[in-house]
Amino acid sequence: MTEEILKVIDISKTFVLSKKQQKLEGITCDKKVAVNHLSFSAYKGEIYGLLGPNGAGKTTTLRIMSTLIKPDSGDVIVDGASVCTSADIVRGKIGFLTSELKLEDFFTPNYLFDFFSELHNVPEDKRNDQKKKLFDRFGINEFAEVKVGNLSTGMKQKASLAISLVHDPDIIIFDEPTNGLDVITAKVITDFLQELRAEGKTIIISTHIFSLVEKICDRVGIIINGKMVVSDELNKITNGLPLEDVFFDIYSKEAGAEE
Amino acid sequence: MKNILAVIKKEFFRFFKDRRLMLTTLILPGLMIFVVYSIMGDALLNKFGGDSEYTPIVYVNEIPESINNLFNASELKLEKKSYNESEIEAIKEKITKKEADLLIIFPDNFDEVVKNYDVKDGLPAPNIEIYYCSVNTESSKAYSIIATLLDGYEKSLSNKFNINFGDNYDLSTSKEATGTIFSMMLPFLILTFLFSACISVAPEAIAGEKERGTIATLLVTPIKRSELAIGKIISLSVIAILSALSSFVGTIASLPKLMGASRDEGEIISANIYTFTDYMFVLLIILTTVLVVISLMAILSAIAKSVKEASTIISPLMIITMLVGITSMFGDVSSNRVLYLIPIFNSVQAMGGIFSFNADVVAILITLISNVCYSVILVYILTRVFNNEKIMFSK
Ligand SMILES: Nc1ncnc2c1ncn2[C@@H]1O[C@H](COP(=O)(O)OP(=O)(O)OP(=O)(O)O)[C@@H](O)[C@H]1O
Ligand SMILES: [Mg+2]
Repeated sequence: MTEEILKVIDISKTFVLSKKQQKLEGITCDKKVAVNHLSFSAYKGEIYGLLGPNGAGKTTTLRIMSTLIKPDSGDVIVDGASVCTSADIVRGKIGFLTSELKLEDFFTPNYLFDFFSELHNVPEDKRNDQKKKLFDRFGINEFAEVKVGNLSTGMKQKASLAISLVHDPDIIIFDEPTNGLDVITAKVITDFLQELRAEGKTIIISTHIFSLVEKICDRVGIIINGKMVVSDELNKITNGLPLEDVFFDIYSKEAGAEE
Repeated sequence: MKNILAVIKKEFFRFFKDRRLMLTTLILPGLMIFVVYSIMGDALLNKFGGDSEYTPIVYVNEIPESINNLFNASELKLEKKSYNESEIEAIKEKITKKEADLLIIFPDNFDEVVKNYDVKDGLPAPNIEIYYCSVNTESSKAYSIIATLLDGYEKSLSNKFNINFGDNYDLSTSKEATGTIFSMMLPFLILTFLFSACISVAPEAIAGEKERGTIATLLVTPIKRSELAIGKIISLSVIAILSALSSFVGTIASLPKLMGASRDEGEIISANIYTFTDYMFVLLIILTTVLVVISLMAILSAIAKSVKEASTIISPLMIITMLVGITSMFGDVSSNRVLYLIPIFNSVQAMGGIFSFNADVVAILITLISNVCYSVILVYILTRVFNNEKIMFSK
């Protein structure tokens, strides 16, 4: 087996809900266990898919892995660095992309690429190589000097993607990478993820789209209600059956066990 | 350090490349103040200044010998005569219509009556009737001139002693007078301008970034939270100072007009009365005050969920600051140095001291040092806030 480059070790996260949130969620308890003793590992050079229904805790798990929030207990070790004790180092090793991370409307993709390169301490020559590579790959050159505020959703997503990779990270974490994109743009991105894997990068994505998982993921973890139900190679989980059927099977068992 | 510069550079780029933002924060405040104050100054001049060429028309009935000389010395145009009842009514009518300004009616045999009058008799004192029209500026002016002359005459009659009779005994120089006005007005104005400038930039740059989700993008990079906090505060402070400067230039430019209304001609208000050191101290006080105010607003903006909420949280602060600013209008500058540890109040008092030539260097230093200390503490708190996921990423 290849190297375990990312280890999620028994993490839990409970949110305290405000009165307003309780109403929204339709619960009377003021606490919400979003992630419940969850563990899994990702190996170097694979695409790992976190699959789960809405509210399962996928985004929360990814936010913990990318140091935006801290776990209540447990730890995540990213290429030897702990998200709890050396968040700065982890931030330098990963590229994180989620819809909640936005680019400032006023700036152009070109300016932001340089700005974030500076924050990531990328030397000038490397920056220019990386910029050329990513901008060419996504056709960003056409709108490199257009303010982000004037870009379409797809263009913004491409710019965000390029900017999250300024430092050419070995570990890439994407929350719902194809959400809200048309099939053409979505394909550009999924193709690119596969290219990155070929380069030896490790990619972790979250999604509730079965076809996406079946198409690109090597291994899958199914999260339900904050718990990791299975985490294994895709073909070991499906055994040749459609992933969707397997998922519903697992889901009904899990939901039954909850009650 | 490099990251701090990168953040500052980005904030400046954001600001100086945005023409609309430049217009609303740098040009408009000063321009508006200049226009409003100039119009106000003109209005005041018309209301109270009157027309300097105009000589009021004053009718005097039965002017006594003693008063005649006194009145002749004034520059009023006097119509001295013995008027009959109907003539007097006609004059009153004219005053009402603003065709004449004043009618003075002396009792018969005024000099004699006054000479023989004794308070001890308990009889009413002889009465001089002066008719005027209070809504007519010229009439009011003439009235006060005459009333002052007669008042002086009345006092000289008893002649036990005089106070400041005749000459100008006011020894204050115009420099001191100007200093007093400056020390009453400028600290308040400067504080107001600084505060409004800060309000116009801080919530947008912090709460706005949080609301739009752009600050999270920064927080997943290896930049230290303290670097982000310092970078933001320095860049916002500079922009706030520039914006306040615009208001300040507007005020200074309109000051001659505003002041001209209430002061005699010839006495031109000029800021040349202060030394270079004075200006340096004021500048340092302004800088450190802005640091404190911006840091405080940055924290509140970071805690707020939206720009709107940030503005709401900050507005009570604005009211308190204005109240503190008004303390400079009382004129007296506090000599209790412990009070110079109170932020904002210390800046107002220290500036008041400088403008009124009563600068206490120790108090100024206490002000500067304590402001810097507060800023450091506030930057530390802002760093903690940026680190707090509950505040930064609450739903
Ligand atoms: N900051 C927060 N405060 C309170 N509750 C939260 C917070 N973040 C997430 N939650 C709750 O935790 C649960 C898990 O949310 P999470 O976003 O991780 O789900 P998800 O699997 O990404 O779902 P989706 O497919 O809808 O994106 C949800 O019930 C959500 O409401
Ligand atoms: Mg999600």
